Amino acid sequence: MRFAFTDDQKMLRDTVREVLQRECAPEVVRAAWESRPEGVHAVWNTLAETGVIGMAASEEAGGMGMSELDLVLPLEETGYAALPGPVFETAAVGIPLLEALGTEEQIARWLGPAVAGESRIVVAFEDQDVVPHAASADLLIAERGGAGFCVPVTEASVSAEQSVDRARELGRVSFEAREHHRMRDDIDARAQFVLGRERAALGAAAQLIGLSRRMLDMAVQYAKDREQFGKPIGAQQAVKHRLANALIEQEFARPLVYRAGWSMATGAPDAEVAVSLAKIYAGEAARFVAKEALQVHGAIGYTIECDLHMWMKRAWALAAAHGDPAYHRERIGRHIL
Amino acid sequence: MDLDFTDSEKAFRQECRAWLEANAPREPLPSGDTREGFALHLEWEHALFDAGWAAVSWPKEYGGREATLFEWLIFEEEYYRVNAPSRVTQNGIFLLAPTLFEFGTDDQKERILRPMARGDVTWGQAWSEPNAGSDLASLKSTARRVDGGWRLSGQKTWSTRAAFCDMAYGLFRTDPEQARHRGLTYFMFPLHAEGITVRGVDRLDGDEGFAEIFLEDVFVPDADIIGAVHQGWKVAMATTSSERGLSLRSPGRFMATATRLIDLYHRYRDRSTPVLRDQVIQAWMDAQAYRWFTFQTVTRMTQGESIGPDSSMNKVFWSEMDVRTHETALALIGEALELDEGSPSAVEGGYWMKGFQFALAGPIYAGTNEIQRNIISERVLGLPRK
Repeated sequence: MRFAFTDDQKMLRDTVREVLQRECAPEVVRAAWESRPEGVHAVWNTLAETGVIGMAASEEAGGMGMSELDLVLPLEETGYAALPGPVFETAAVGIPLLEALGTEEQIARWLGPAVAGESRIVVAFEDQDVVPHAASADLLIAERGGAGFCVPVTEASVSAEQSVDRARELGRVSFEAREHHRMRDDIDARAQFVLGRERAALGAAAQLIGLSRRMLDMAVQYAKDREQFGKPIGAQQAVKHRLANALIEQEFARPLVYRAGWSMATGAPDAEVAVSLAKIYAGEAARFVAKEALQVHGAIGYTIECDLHMWMKRAWALAAAHGDPAYHRERIGRHIL
Repeated sequence: MDLDFTDSEKAFRQECRAWLEANAPREPLPSGDTREGFALHLEWEHALFDAGWAAVSWPKEYGGREATLFEWLIFEEEYYRVNAPSRVTQNGIFLLAPTLFEFGTDDQKERILRPMARGDVTWGQAWSEPNAGSDLASLKSTARRVDGGWRLSGQKTWSTRAAFCDMAYGLFRTDPEQARHRGLTYFMFPLHAEGITVRGVDRLDGDEGFAEIFLEDVFVPDADIIGAVHQGWKVAMATTSSERGLSLRSPGRFMATATRLIDLYHRYRDRSTPVLRDQVIQAWMDAQAYRWFTFQTVTRMTQGESIGPDSSMNKVFWSEMDVRTHETALALIGEALELDEGSPSAVEGGYWMKGFQFALAGPIYAGTNEIQRNIISERVLGLPRK
């Protein structure tokens, strides 16, 4: 038993952290809200250069052949920065699906650009037609009737929906399936999409613990800076205890997310339970931290001027995406009861 | 990262399991917080020690088996899995001993550890005073220098099982000129000495689990000071952090409680509601969360990191989880929850009401959770003290 990341894994995390610190300041997230995505595109390019976007792709495809465990820390950092765009959808779900199910032509056309950060992939699972980031993505991988479809977004119809998190650019997608969209049918596509769902839940969980950490950092900083009654509000026990509770929620979610990454990477028999635990705790912690951070900020937190709202709204969306707590709780219930 | 147990850890688990299954009492012993129950628990402690299981992580020379921290956690999981008796030696083994290993002299370790682990000499803590609870540094009991040692005077309270114990340890003011946490010294003292009066106090559940200790010029030799004179606060803080953190409450205990709750749920399924079912699932998940958090913490410790104020997060989490888990069990039992231990129709002999009352102490002892949250916010998050 050894519950710690390797130096290499931590180094990659630090690289991503530095890139995002430099290039993905809150103004970049705010610009994405206002349909000015240039800054986000620049960050994507830098991240792709460091290999992070294509990290799960095989080495022959220009990737790093990394496992779900390797993905967790970099994705956590993208949550911390609230990086807009289909980050885990492309890096952790789309690219592996494309490699597993894509035809030769599909792979030849899309894998390189996806690894290079030039093409973004979004995934629509069975029965899912409202897809985050569909409007700005290049490739849609869709599960329909148990089969996979690889649809250039230009060949799909995308009608805009509005997320509470404007940077999520929701779109309702539909497409007329054509022969060249069809992915391989000599492989169990359903099983690949099942795996994709687990990876999406894990990716969301990893971003959620990053979001929590940032919201808590913001709230702690605010509590130190903001003075009332002649002293920082963070000196008041009522404020302290809220923030202590937020830290506890966050810190108990974190190892569950890391463990879920390990369980998927090693194909552990209880990986599904591990992913559900991770998703529940990461989602509930993020919602809790968001609420406490808002309360500590007071009225300023209740405005669009304050950056906090962009992190909160991302947290609300991701906590419910890819299986909300009720769904995952039920999965665990079936396992233990 | 490798979250599987190693082959040798798995072998260790098998060894624990085999011995515990063969030797743990089949029927629960009477409460260890009563005089009769305490004596029966000590017999169990003798058996544990003689087979080398009383303090698995200790050096062999003191009766341990030099188990790693992970092996200790495994032992605990197995221990609670078979519902083995509560550890009446715990205030010695888990609180005083870590302090002795860190600050004790060779002579102290030699004299004290083996009899402590075997339960031949039993230990109670003597931290709180009537007017020094959460604000421990305001304590007033004194130690006066005399030839060859010290004379202790004052009053200690909430001393767990001190009514049945042989020895106690706590802080006394050795420098009356110094205030607060300065000028305190860490003493070990006999509970049957001249000048000592111990008065048992019945806890919430009616057991005599608490005691008050009155000291009047009780002689203690220099050899029974731990650490340096006037440096007691630093020594004591080392103990409290192990009390809050790992050593007092390993995950095995809560996993066993969650498993038992699931059994109860199956038996009371007809009474259950979707809300209760959800709470049962939550209890199981919380125990898992605590387990993985602990494995992460223990890995940090084995890599030489010190845990420090992070241990306060453990304490808040396990103590509040334990209350919720018992509340869920009582909600499943319904109106029969009031049938107390000793009542012929009590569900599981009143186990859940008894456990609930014990769980309610968790957020209070070892530093109230209010104090823990202060520590977390000030020392982990860096919020201002004033």
